Amino acid sequence: MGMTISQKILAYHAGKKQVEAGELINCQVDVILGNDVTAPVAISEFGRLGLDKVYDPDSIVLVPDHFVPNKDIKSAEQAKVVRDFARRFGIKHYFDVGQMGIEHCLLPEQGLTLPGDLIIGADSHTCTYGALGAFATGVGSTDMAAAMATGKAWFKVPESIKLVYYGTLPKWVGGKDLILHTIGDIGVDGARYMSMEFTGEVIDGLSMDNRFTMANMAIEAGGKNGIIVPDDITLAYVRSRAQREYQLYKSDEDAQYVEVYEYDVSKLEPVVAFPHLPENTRPVSEATHVQIDQVVIGSCTNGRIEDLEMAATVLKGHKVHPELRVIILPGTQQIYLEAMRRGYIETFIEAGCAVSTPTCGPCLGGYMGILAKGEKSLSTTNRNFVGRMGHPESEVYLSSPAVAAASAITGHITSPQEVVR
Amino acid sequence: MRFTGKVYKFGNDIDTDAIIPARYLTTADPAELAQHCMEDADPSFPQKVQRGDIIVAGKNFGCGSSREHAPIAIQGAGVACVVASSFARIFYRNSVNIGLPILECEEAVQAIEEGDQIQVDLDKGEIVNLRTGETYQAVPFPEFMQHIIAQGGLIGYVQHNLDKK
Repeated sequence: MGMTISQKILAYHAGKKQVEAGELINCQVDVILGNDVTAPVAISEFGRLGLDKVYDPDSIVLVPDHFVPNKDIKSAEQAKVVRDFARRFGIKHYFDVGQMGIEHCLLPEQGLTLPGDLIIGADSHTCTYGALGAFATGVGSTDMAAAMATGKAWFKVPESIKLVYYGTLPKWVGGKDLILHTIGDIGVDGARYMSMEFTGEVIDGLSMDNRFTMANMAIEAGGKNGIIVPDDITLAYVRSRAQREYQLYKSDEDAQYVEVYEYDVSKLEPVVAFPHLPENTRPVSEATHVQIDQVVIGSCTNGRIEDLEMAATVLKGHKVHPELRVIILPGTQQIYLEAMRRGYIETFIEAGCAVSTPTCGPCLGGYMGILAKGEKSLSTTNRNFVGRMGHPESEVYLSSPAVAAASAITGHITSPQEVVR
Repeated sequence: MRFTGKVYKFGNDIDTDAIIPARYLTTADPAELAQHCMEDADPSFPQKVQRGDIIVAGKNFGCGSSREHAPIAIQGAGVACVVASSFARIFYRNSVNIGLPILECEEAVQAIEEGDQIQVDLDKGEIVNLRTGETYQAVPFPEFMQHIIAQGGLIGYVQHNLDKK
């Protein structure tokens, strides 16, 4: 029987020719990721094993990014636990302030995640790397600890669903709108325990940055992983960055899918997710009544150079609405530098936006843009749960950088075509 | 393993931010996390929950973040077990890995009400509502996961296998 790309990658890493959905397997992993919130718990669990070395220091990547640069004494202590561990165990892929970025922007950029890899990360948005044709999935800290000790992790081979996108993408509609529209359709548990395979002519034409955005939010539909079969666009991204071998896999013609969803994107509008679940989606034209207090542009979902380009294109020559504040967070130092060279940072500052060093901060209500009671934020991040960005009675709306930038100018949720003519 | 407890009931899609908001993730101490357990879903929960109580919830419990702090907070609050229609996969994995008992049983969730006393037999996957006398059968754990649970979680399991070598 044929296998999906996800099953092939799992089979290879389990040392098997064939795996089937539902099978429990033990796999060798290529990359093990942790951050300043999840790694300290993993490090403490790893400590219980009493080992004096990790299985493979080069497979471990540590990126303090959630509350870093340290927001308070407690987060400073957590970051220090990670730093000390990296030094003690010779972890070369450790990225401190000045080198660090938001983990899921940073790892692909540094060539640390490659096609065909099996990647686990103690962060739910680890699924981002599926955009490269890797099997990447979020796990907990204890899984991370066990993998640091043994190089292995257990998996239940997932079933797959196929999502086919066809037609022509309208202007201002991109990866964020496609994935929000999809979650709106299948729901926040529509892909629970399953692989989401994104295919079709629209995906074939999509840039890497847009593909990362889509794979990133697979978890928001409950997916175990999101994946895109690697092609020339993937290879153009990977070739100059890879420092080791990688494998290109694709799904067999007769691979089994529990469901196939087809989306004609030609008439799609930019999409906005309303509080308090990413599945509460509406076209932007049905969201224009929502007045907002804050706009956040960045995160592992939309903190890449094309996202900033989109925001800068909309904001160029405009001013931020006086009753609203805008925070922009480039995903990595390299993205920050590139945005500066291209003049985007100047555009942002001239418009009245605050531009921050990379951090996850506001996305998860950590710091750098916390909401007060009753406030509303439009954000290019990935979750709009109750209290996600601050007070339990605040509200988060999710959109693309283009919609976020247009709304920053008007003060209410706005389609970019209303602002850029 | 068998326990009896009072039920606190929650709805569908209870996310990990509701179980333990990120503003408290500057610690992994179970007692500290327990003080804010389920706070954004029910602000009074940390005060009223007693050791041995049981959480019963709808579909997709624990969706969102991979934070292990979520099952740690529930465990720290003394909750004996979580019964849900379904669990988000990372939460499910984390619970198994840290040894928090969880059971999937749609039927039980439909019938059990807030404040009911229920009895859970973890080995058999059996749930009894002591108010009505009704019995429900949960989805059993695969054998491999039972091994992990028997070793007190994944670290115990890894230790056991390292010792064997």
